[in-house]
Amino acid sequence: MTQAFRIKNVGLINRDKKLSFKFNGTTYFGFEGDTLASALLANGVHLVGRSFKYHRPRGFFGAGVDEPYAVVQLYRNSETEPNIKATEQELFEGLEAKSVNCWPSVNFDIGAINNFLKIFLPAGFYYKTFMWPKSFWYRIYEPFIRKAAGLGVASTKHDKERYEHKYEYCDLLIAGSGPSGLASAYAAAKNGAKVILAEDKPRFGGSLLTSDVNIGNQSGKDWAEGIIAELKTMPNVVVKNRSQIFGYYDHNMLVMSEKVSDHLPETKKYHPNKRLWYIRAKEVLISSGSIERPIVFGNNDTPGVMLSSAAKEYLKVYGVLVGRKPLVFTNNDSGYETAIEFKKHGVDPVVLDSRKNPESEIIDEAKNLGINMKNSYVVVAAQGYKKVKYADIASISEDKKKLGKIESIQCDCICVSGFWTPTIHLASQSGNKTKFKEEIDAFVPGQSKQNEITLGAANGVFSLDETLKTSFKAGSELSKKITENDNEIPIPNVVEKKSSQHDRFWCVPLPKGKNYKRFLDFQNDVAVSDVEIALREGYRSIEHVKRYTTLGMATDQGKTSNLNGLQLVSEIENKVVPAVGHTTFRPPYTPVSIGAIVGREVGKHSRPTRKSPMHEWHEKNNAVFVDAGVWLRPRYYKRGNENLFEASKREAKNVRTNVGVCDVTTLGKIDVKGPDAAELLNRVYTNSWLKLPVGKARYGVMLREDGIVMDDGTTTRISESHYHMTTTTAQAANVLSHLEYYLQLVWPELNVNVVSTTEQWAGAAIAGPKSRDLLQKLFPNSDVSNEGLPFMGYMEGDLFGVKARIFRISFSGELAYEVNVESDYGNFMWEKIIEVGEEFNIQPYGTEALSTLRIEMGHVAGSELDGRTIPYDNALEGLVSKKKDFIGKRSLQRSAFTAENRQRIVGVVPLDKQTSIPEGSHLVKDDKAPLPNSKLGHISASCWSVEHDNPFSLAILKDGKKMIGQKLFAMSPLKNKVIPVEIVSSHYVDPKGERVRS
Amino acid sequence: MLYINCPHCGMRSQNEFSYGGDASVKRPELNKEVSDQEWDDFVYNRKSLRGKHLELWQHISGCRQWIKVERDTATHEIFRTFKADEEVA
Ligand SMILES: [Zn+2]
Repeated sequence: MTQAFRIKNVGLINRDKKLSFKFNGTTYFGFEGDTLASALLANGVHLVGRSFKYHRPRGFFGAGVDEPYAVVQLYRNSETEPNIKATEQELFEGLEAKSVNCWPSVNFDIGAINNFLKIFLPAGFYYKTFMWPKSFWYRIYEPFIRKAAGLGVASTKHDKERYEHKYEYCDLLIAGSGPSGLASAYAAAKNGAKVILAEDKPRFGGSLLTSDVNIGNQSGKDWAEGIIAELKTMPNVVVKNRSQIFGYYDHNMLVMSEKVSDHLPETKKYHPNKRLWYIRAKEVLISSGSIERPIVFGNNDTPGVMLSSAAKEYLKVYGVLVGRKPLVFTNNDSGYETAIEFKKHGVDPVVLDSRKNPESEIIDEAKNLGINMKNSYVVVAAQGYKKVKYADIASISEDKKKLGKIESIQCDCICVSGFWTPTIHLASQSGNKTKFKEEIDAFVPGQSKQNEITLGAANGVFSLDETLKTSFKAGSELSKKITENDNEIPIPNVVEKKSSQHDRFWCVPLPKGKNYKRFLDFQNDVAVSDVEIALREGYRSIEHVKRYTTLGMATDQGKTSNLNGLQLVSEIENKVVPAVGHTTFRPPYTPVSIGAIVGREVGKHSRPTRKSPMHEWHEKNNAVFVDAGVWLRPRYYKRGNENLFEASKREAKNVRTNVGVCDVTTLGKIDVKGPDAAELLNRVYTNSWLKLPVGKARYGVMLREDGIVMDDGTTTRISESHYHMTTTTAQAANVLSHLEYYLQLVWPELNVNVVSTTEQWAGAAIAGPKSRDLLQKLFPNSDVSNEGLPFMGYMEGDLFGVKARIFRISFSGELAYEVNVESDYGNFMWEKIIEVGEEFNIQPYGTEALSTLRIEMGHVAGSELDGRTIPYDNALEGLVSKKKDFIGKRSLQRSAFTAENRQRIVGVVPLDKQTSIPEGSHLVKDDKAPLPNSKLGHISASCWSVEHDNPFSLAILKDGKKMIGQKLFAMSPLKNKVIPVEIVSSHYVDPKGERVRS
Repeated sequence: MLYINCPHCGMRSQNEFSYGGDASVKRPELNKEVSDQEWDDFVYNRKSLRGKHLELWQHISGCRQWIKVERDTATHEIFRTFKADEEVA
């Protein structure tokens, strides 16, 4: 295929590098520096998709970020990405793209029948048509809509690309590298300010790339190149292309998405695909320019109808003619600039101007070039289905209400200019109260809320001379405030053509007897008639009209449609546009890929994985791991073909009969030090702590101020003013914050320091009737007899040359100890325990066996301390001191907490002694009672009791104290189970607690 | 994302901090007789002000100090920050 619409020697593309690419299966050629859009247009391809609702043919409307139509599915390096704008996607060798919204093909589209079934899809069609019958939604409507519409398909594969996040700080962040961005960046950089200049396109310069102006005796484009080249050499400046600042957040935090690799066939090694920048800027200069707005007329969505600025950009940047018989339709001077460019390159345009007698330097130039121009003329309708073939045009009365006789004019494209809309999204996101500027019929930024100013076209200033003057000044003054430098920059002289006032005309009336669709929103197919319906049906607020009609809600977020929508509402409502107001601009300004937002935090990187020093040993010994908070813990150690149930039963049984060892490194540990440490503990825990001697441990429960149990654990007095506190694995961080809160804010008079020591100590729990024999062999020089180290005792010992802490504490209900050594010796300790323990038949046990052991003993853990229970509920009221005050004590007097029938922990055994009760099951009196069947309690934890060899569960049950011996039903609708059960004591094993003291 | 001036560390981003609620709440003294109303006001009842609000934040990924922040709950403007023991005038 030849590039028939490419003209010689024009544009900024690299003609030495020819690239091949595929669109809808056909191979084409373009050049390096093309976008997919410019390369397709160079090949005369105008049909790129189908519209969302009516499936009308779609071409190109813009040349950049504002593009509403040309959204494609992209294939790159055996991956696919939906929702790519062909006008933004740079061409690379081997690029493949397909149309979206076309089923089965772009040329033959079944959905186009919607176009003829007009009644089917009016405004609010989502709300009306698909509301009934309900069953139709899943079976008929949704599959139909999904197949026939939609904006492409997301990949279901794992994304191989890498996305990075970066934090940056600067004095001035400048959004947009057009004339105002360049001038302000240059002035600020010269004052030594730290500047970041961001441009969303691949090329810097903005409007200077296409406008016919002179700055400092060189072309605007050359001037821009010179400034950029100098900025790039300055150490205090970061210049970024392909980088879109899409969000303006609190306290001058802006977020920018840098496309690092999208323009390449594949991402380079060690490079990210995209980089997300979080930038905290002292000052923000918004130089985001403006977007041309369309004039609304019949069939204005036909391929070949496009913005006049886009036609000019395709010509000047890419050397591409969007047509050979262009019709320019304008209400201001910009259309003439496009016409002049056509004429200069050997194409004869016709200009229709809605104005009666426009006069300006630009129009004079067009006149002198011999361009055919008609004043007080409009396009009534574009004609042609898949491409413009001709246009119906007519003269228009001065009041813009009456059309003259309709004439036909041959043309292959219609370039429209309805004047310019400043891009105020970032300013509006920052909290700026925008205001309506009558002279330009558009909103501009008003009162700033944060440190932000808007310059140039984005501020509604369309004269280059004024833009440069204000931008140099702004850059210089803002940087001076920060750096205190004041380097004068001479402002270059500007040569530009003066333009005249635009016409406040935006919508061509329908000719008598014609019912052309006149589109406002091109991506969501919202026509003038849809907005009229919405208003007839009583919608008034612009926010409601937007949602009812979906005007401005597509991926282009109404960049070309919003203002015309407002014009229409204000006209029908007889209000001025500012009174109608605009809808809220929300980030992101353009779609940002999810990958960029997620960054590196995927899979295992989404949070840190914490491993104990013994982790490798567990791995080598067939441990199956489980996530416990951020920790990885062995759930069980698999032997042969054992499953979880068999392995955990074996491990638990071995603890009850011999001795087991469990890695308890993950327990939270906090050092509590200082002369008032005991007093702090006494206020934090419910029981009393003032008389705990050195070398003794105590179990404690702490509450929140609302009386709910926060955490439990043992704390040991290591020395006079030094305590070692342990917390549950899950609550470690919260308990530390809790202690800091009281020490810093509530009782600053207490002389205590707290610090986390979780990582400093590796811990091994040694439990079982043979644990003392094992301990004696591990510490032959220590007296670990029942007298030497009684229950809840503590001592230091020597573990084959390593200093160890030995606690006689038990979670399993067996005679048990916990040994701690400094983390680096953790593995040494573990291997010694296993080695020496061999003769006692030691086995390591995982969290599953640990749970079994504690459940059958009736020890509470996280599933009972679930943020809803008080000490009584957990049978811990014996630990609640009556004498002293502590955190949360006053709340325990609340009537609900002291109620006679208060919930309480119980044991639950299935009557058949066979069926395990699913955790979370509800306990009810009558399994046949009509719904809602009121619940008496719930199963908090279940296990297979190794002591009794039958299932056993713990439950929190209403009036639990009096329920022992009762028969109830455990119901689990989730597992579809109803199990008859008996309520028993929660202490299913060794209720007197003799073993731990043996 | 807010930019909070930790009185100990300087300007830091919000993601280093955790929120701690109304800073004007005073815990009743220990061992003091407290009415139900007083206790409920301390534990539960908060004003949820629109506008200037004195609140607690902890610099959890920094110095771990609890600080007081005077912030506008509607605009997020931060006026002043204080150390835990600093009197708020
Ligand atoms: Zn700090």
